[in-house]
Amino acid sequence: MADGPVAELLLRRLEASDGGLDSAELAAELGMEHQAVVGAVKSLQALGEVIEAELRSTKRWELTAEGEEIAREGSHEARVFRSIPPEGLAQSELMRLPSGKVGFSKAMSNKWIRVDKSAADGPRVFRVVDSMEDEVQRRLQLVQGGQAEKLGEKERSELRKRKLLAEVTLKTYWVSKGSAFSTSISKQETELSPEMISSGSWRDRPFKPYNFLAHGVLPDSGHLHPLLKVRSQFRQIFLEMGFTEMPTDNFIESSFWNFDALFQPQQHPARDQHDTFFLRDPAEALQLPMDYVQRVKRTHSQGGYGSQGYKYTWKLDEARKNLLRTHTTSASARALYRLAQKKPFTPVKYFSIDRVFRNETLDATHLAEFHQIEGVVADHGLTLGHLMGVLREFFTKLGITQLRFKPAYNPYTEPSMEVFSYHQGLKKWVEVGNSGVFRPEMLLPMGLPENVSVIAWGLSLERPNDDQIWHQQHPGPGGPQGKPADGVRQSPVPPGC
Amino acid sequence: MPTVSVKRDLLFQALGRTYTDEEFDELCFEFGLELDEITSEKEIISKEQGNVKAAGASDVVLYKIDVPANRYDLLCLEGLVRGLQVFKERIKAPVYKRVMPDGKIQKLIITEETAKIRPFAVAAVLRNIKFTKDRYDSFIELQEKLHQNICRKRALVAIGTHDLDTLSGPFTYTAKRPSDIKFKPLNKTKEYTACELMNIYKTDNHLKHYLHIIENKPLYPVIYDSNGVVLSMPPIINGDHSRITVNTRNIFIECTGTDFTKAKIVLDIIVTMFSEYCENQFTVEAAEVVFPNGKSYTFPELAYRKEMVRADLINKKVGIRETPENLAKLLTRMYLKSEVIGDGNQIEIEIPPTRADIIHACDIVEDAAIAYGYNNIQMTLPKTYTIANQFPLNKLTELLRYDMAAAGFTEVLTFALCSQEDIADKLGLDISATKAVHISNPKTAEFQVARTTLLPGLLKTIAANRKMPLPLKLFEISDIVIKDSNTDVGAKNYRHLCAVYYNKNPGFEIIHGLLDRIMQLLDVPPGEDKGGYVIKASEGKTDEPNPELVTVSGGGYTLFFMKLVILIWDFRKKGR
Repeated sequence: MADGPVAELLLRRLEASDGGLDSAELAAELGMEHQAVVGAVKSLQALGEVIEAELRSTKRWELTAEGEEIAREGSHEARVFRSIPPEGLAQSELMRLPSGKVGFSKAMSNKWIRVDKSAADGPRVFRVVDSMEDEVQRRLQLVQGGQAEKLGEKERSELRKRKLLAEVTLKTYWVSKGSAFSTSISKQETELSPEMISSGSWRDRPFKPYNFLAHGVLPDSGHLHPLLKVRSQFRQIFLEMGFTEMPTDNFIESSFWNFDALFQPQQHPARDQHDTFFLRDPAEALQLPMDYVQRVKRTHSQGGYGSQGYKYTWKLDEARKNLLRTHTTSASARALYRLAQKKPFTPVKYFSIDRVFRNETLDATHLAEFHQIEGVVADHGLTLGHLMGVLREFFTKLGITQLRFKPAYNPYTEPSMEVFSYHQGLKKWVEVGNSGVFRPEMLLPMGLPENVSVIAWGLSLERPNDDQIWHQQHPGPGGPQGKPADGVRQSPVPPGC
Repeated sequence: MPTVSVKRDLLFQALGRTYTDEEFDELCFEFGLELDEITSEKEIISKEQGNVKAAGASDVVLYKIDVPANRYDLLCLEGLVRGLQVFKERIKAPVYKRVMPDGKIQKLIITEETAKIRPFAVAAVLRNIKFTKDRYDSFIELQEKLHQNICRKRALVAIGTHDLDTLSGPFTYTAKRPSDIKFKPLNKTKEYTACELMNIYKTDNHLKHYLHIIENKPLYPVIYDSNGVVLSMPPIINGDHSRITVNTRNIFIECTGTDFTKAKIVLDIIVTMFSEYCENQFTVEAAEVVFPNGKSYTFPELAYRKEMVRADLINKKVGIRETPENLAKLLTRMYLKSEVIGDGNQIEIEIPPTRADIIHACDIVEDAAIAYGYNNIQMTLPKTYTIANQFPLNKLTELLRYDMAAAGFTEVLTFALCSQEDIADKLGLDISATKAVHISNPKTAEFQVARTTLLPGLLKTIAANRKMPLPLKLFEISDIVIKDSNTDVGAKNYRHLCAVYYNKNPGFEIIHGLLDRIMQLLDVPPGEDKGGYVIKASEGKTDEPNPELVTVSGGGYTLFFMKLVILIWDFRKKGR
C-alpha cells in the first residue's frame, strides 16, 4: 500500500517518466493543489532512498483576484464602454455601476467616451468610437494561459501597479528515482497498537523512527516555588545536623524581644523609624516578663554580669513599642529565654527560617521583607573554633567549601565574624553570612548558666540565590509584575543540595 | 557601618610604607575593616553629577574603608593609622594625658534652663595645635562621622569646636527663647535670630535634618562667652565669630547632649585623635564644667580602666592554646596594653579612653582572637548531642506543599505586607472588620498593614500573569496576622492555605476536588455524622476577614470558598 493516493500516483508517474518530474507540473496535470503533491514528496522522502527530491524555486506571474475577474469579464473601462447605449447615459448613473469610477477615468483617457456637460438633466456620457480592443483583458488572459513572457516588461509593470498581476515565487521539487525506488512502498507505522500485538502483525510492520530533535511534551503538573524549594533544602540540612526548629510564627514583635533582650541599646540606629516598621495598632506589647525586663534594664543602664553596660536611661515605653520583627533573632531570644527557665540546663541546637521586615522602598536591590536563616547552638564551653567548625559543615552541605572569616561588629554577639566564601564566577570573596557568640549581657539576664556559651549564625535565604526569584513573584514598585508561573516552571532543583 | 574616606598616599605616608591594593585589602580584612572602594573625588563627582562637573576635581586616589560601628577610634585617618601601626607592632600605643593649664582653667557653666532640652555638656582645650589643610579636613570630617554615628545625627551629642583665641571665658551654656538668641552663624554674613535661622535652614540640605531636635521646644540651647559672644546654638550651628581655620592654634571643644556617657566618649575621641598635632603630643588641656547643682567636673575624662581576665578563659572561649604571655602580646597589638600578673595566668588589661567599645571580658576575648587571626583558629565540631525536631506547624506545611503541587497547583510566594485597600476595599470589606495590624511609618502605601488573608497576593499574581495559558492553578501556604489581645504583643499569626483556580469557566468542581483531596490527606472524612467535614452556605460572617460564600468545617479546620474558585484555609486549631 502506498503512502496515500497522491504518493501512489506520484510513484507511478515517476516510474513511467523519463528521468524525473516537476511537482508543480504534476499538480497541474493531476488537477490538484501543489501543496498536496509537496506533502506526498515529503512523506516519501522520509522513507529513505525511495525518491530523490531537489528543491527548485521559480518565479512566475500570477493574476490577483481582481486580475482574474478582469480576464473573465473584461477591464473596468471596457465594461463602462459597453454599458453606454448609443443615446448616452447620465454620468451620475454611470458612476453607480460597479466598475464606474475606475472604468470612467480609464475610458476617458483612452478616448473611448466623452462627457456632455450641457445636457438638460446633468452631464451625460456618450461613446466616441464604435468599438474598441480590450488590451488589458487580452494581456491578462495571456498571463493566465501561462504566456506571461509574451508581454513586455513595461506592460507587466503597468498591470502590477494596477494590482492585477503579482510575481510569486514557487518552490517546487524536481523528483527523481532514488536508489531504493519502488512503486510498492508501504506506510511506516508511528505507533504500536494493541491490535498489532494481538494479531502479531507488528512483526512485519515497518515503524517510523523517532524524531529526537523535536521537543517532548512537558508533563502537566503543579510546581513548588523555587525560593521555597531552597528553604526546604536548608531545613533539611539543619535537620540532618540535628537542629530543632524554633517557632517563628509571630511577625509582630515587641521592641523588647527584638532589641532590648539582645542587648541592643535603645538609641541604636536600627531602632530608628527609617529602618524598622513600627505599629500604630496594636502600638504596644501588652505583656512583658517583668522580672526579666528588670534584669535587662539594669544591664543596659548600669551594667552587671561583668559588664559596664551602656550607661543610659533605659525606658520601658521604648521596649513596649511593637514592630514587625527585623530579624528572627527575636525568636531565638524567646527560645533561649524558655530554655533558661528549664532546670537543669540541657544543650540545644536550634534553627529557624522565616520572614523578617525592614522599612525599605522596593527596588531592584531592596526588599521590605525577606527570609532569614538562623542557626543556634547552646552548650557548655563552646568556642569560636566550634562556631567555625559548625559553619564549615553547614556550608559544605550547601556546596560551599572555601570559607574565610572576618572580624565584625554585631550589637549582640562578641566575638563576631562575617563569613566569606570564594565566588568562582565573580572571582572574589563574597559575604555569605554573619555569625558570633551571643554576649553574656544577653544570655545571663535570661538566666542561662554562666559557663554556657551560645554560638549563632544567620544568612539570608534570598542572598545566595538571586533576588530575582523573589521579585518575579511579587508586585514590585509601580504595580505587580513578573511571571511566577514561568519562573516556577523553569526552575531546576536547587544546586548544591 | 560607617565608611571613612582617606587619601591613599597620605595613608601610606603615615603608615611609613606602601601597599598594593590587594595587600591593603588583606590587612583590612585581618583587622576587621573592609576596603570598600578605591576611587577619587573626580570619580565620585562624575558618578553623581556627570563628567562635566567633575572636570576640575582632584583625582587623588581615595580609599573608602568600612569601619565597625562601635570603633569610634577608627573614624579618621589619624585613628586608622594608629590602630594599624600598633596592630603591626610598628609603634606603641600612645598614652593620652590630661594636663592642667599654666594659667586659668577654661570654665563652662551650665544653667538649669538646659535641663529640659539638652542637659549635659563637656569641654576640653587642644593647645598649640598645628593644622595643615589635610589635618584640618580630617578634624572636620571626624566631627561629621561622630555626629552621624555615636551622636545619632546630633540627637544624643553635638560637637562644637572654636578658636579659643577669639573668645574669652568663662563660658555659659544656657537655654533661651529663640527670639532672644541673635548671632551671626557660620558661613553667613549677618546676624539672625534663632527663629529666623530655623526658617532659613529648612531649605539647607545638610542642616534641615537636625532642626527637629529643638524645633518645638520653648527654649533653645546656646553657649556664650563672657562677652556675650555666641559660640554655638547646639545641635544646629556654631557662631561665625569663633570659627576655626587651618591657622587656629588653640581649640575650645564643647559637646552638649542628652546622653552624658556618649558626650564624654565623643570628647575623648576627638581629643585623643587630634592631640597628636599639639605641641605637647597627646596631651589635652583640661576644662572645668560646672553643673546647675553647683558640682564641678573636669574634662576630658581620658580614663584608663584596668580589667583582669584569666588566660585560660580567653583560650577556652576562642578555642586556642596560647601562653598567657602570648595572649598579653596579642591584646597589646589591639591597643589594649596587657601584661601577665599574679599567678602567671592572670592578664591585666588596660582599656584606653579610645576603646569605649570594650565593656565586657568578651570584648577582650574577641580582640585576642582577632590578633591571633580568625583564620588561624582550628575548626572543631562541638560534641553537643541533640535530637532534631520539626516545628509541627511547619512540618504539616511542608507535607501539604508537596501534595498541593502533586495535585497540579503551582506555589506562589507573596508579600505579607500590603495596602489597606488590598485586604478591605477591594474585597468589599470595611478595614475595621479585618482586625488587621497597622504599620505606623510605612514609606509607601504598599506596606500599610499585614495581610489578614492570602487572597490579595494570589489575585495580584494572577493579574500579573494574565498572559499565561489558562487555567492558572495557584496556591500559597503562609502566615497572616490578626490582632489578638490574648497574646503578649497583641497580635497573632495564623497559617493559611489559599488556592485559586483561574479559567474561563468557574470550575467549582476543581477547587471542590482539591478540598476533598486535602481532607483526604488530613484524614478527615466527609460527613458530619462521621465527625468529618461538611460544606455549608455562609452569610459572609464578619468575624472572619474573608468575603467567603461557603464555609467548610470539620476535623479542627475551617475552610472558606469564595466565588467558587478560591479556597482559604485556616490551620488555627490543628498543628499548633
